[in-house]
Amino acid sequence: MTEIAAVAIIIAIGLTLVRALLGPTLYDRVLAVNSLGTKTVLFIGFLGFVLGRPDWLDIAVLYALINFVSTIAILKFFRYRSFQVPLHRRPVTKTPTEQGGDSV
Amino acid sequence: MIAGYSGADLAIALINVLLLGLLFVVGVAIARMRSLFAIVMLSGIYSLISATWFVALDAVDVAFTEAAVGAGISTALLLGAMLLTARTAKPEKGAMQIVPILVVLATGAMLVYATIDLPAFGDPDSPANTYVGTDYLERTPREIAVPNIVTAVLASYRGFDTLGETGVVFTAALAVILLLGFGERSLSATFNRKKDKK
Repeated sequence: MTEIAAVAIIIAIGLTLVRALLGPTLYDRVLAVNSLGTKTVLFIGFLGFVLGRPDWLDIAVLYALINFVSTIAILKFFRYRSFQVPLHRRPVTKTPTEQGGDSV
Repeated sequence: MIAGYSGADLAIALINVLLLGLLFVVGVAIARMRSLFAIVMLSGIYSLISATWFVALDAVDVAFTEAAVGAGISTALLLGAMLLTARTAKPEKGAMQIVPILVVLATGAMLVYATIDLPAFGDPDSPANTYVGTDYLERTPREIAVPNIVTAVLASYRGFDTLGETGVVFTAALAVILLLGFGERSLSATFNRKKDKK
């Protein structure tokens, strides 16, 4: 039964991949990458049970962390066109062109 | 080893085939696409799927490195590099379309030729299973008691080696950060200020 669930998750990964390939907008692709990462986490969890070693759940949790951080990085790139802008808002004391990548 | 497949073995074989098929589809799509952003996203997907495949092959440490470096850092680095160039690649013309597929086919043929000399999977007489490998396998449950032998070797038996590697990587990252900088004193911010003054 667990094997069937693992194969079903791979098929779901394939369906998400179709969305990443077809697009059409950039946000479709970002969402596809993020949900594909989530399905990877699920799949590794299932795979541990298929192979009889459930201690792989730790790895699945670490994958979830990496997935979250990389999605935040991509979305921050879209918002600011740069990684060098802090996520919190600073009080505006300078012209916006001096704040890193805003002028690009 | 070969005879007597159980249901779980068949499922694992099916999982391997499906994951490799997904990798093939992503690879062909990366080669065919022209939008650089989609290519960056697909390379992140490629890293995630291949990391999953490494987990299925029981190479957990390799899988974790692939997920952290391939899907995490290199996606961010490629996006940063995309800032400096155009959004779409120019299509190749004529003979330039043939050369890459020839290189790929030749490399693949050489790799397949190299696998002929490899010992069979799980062969007890292979070099990996005869010398110190058996020693680690025998001593790890008694001395360290972690379920993964590779983890025991990397983090305990060769702990000083791993500590030195971590120190080297940390020093390299620190040097790059000191040279390029972050935030307002970074190299790109300095360039932007100079551009604005002109």
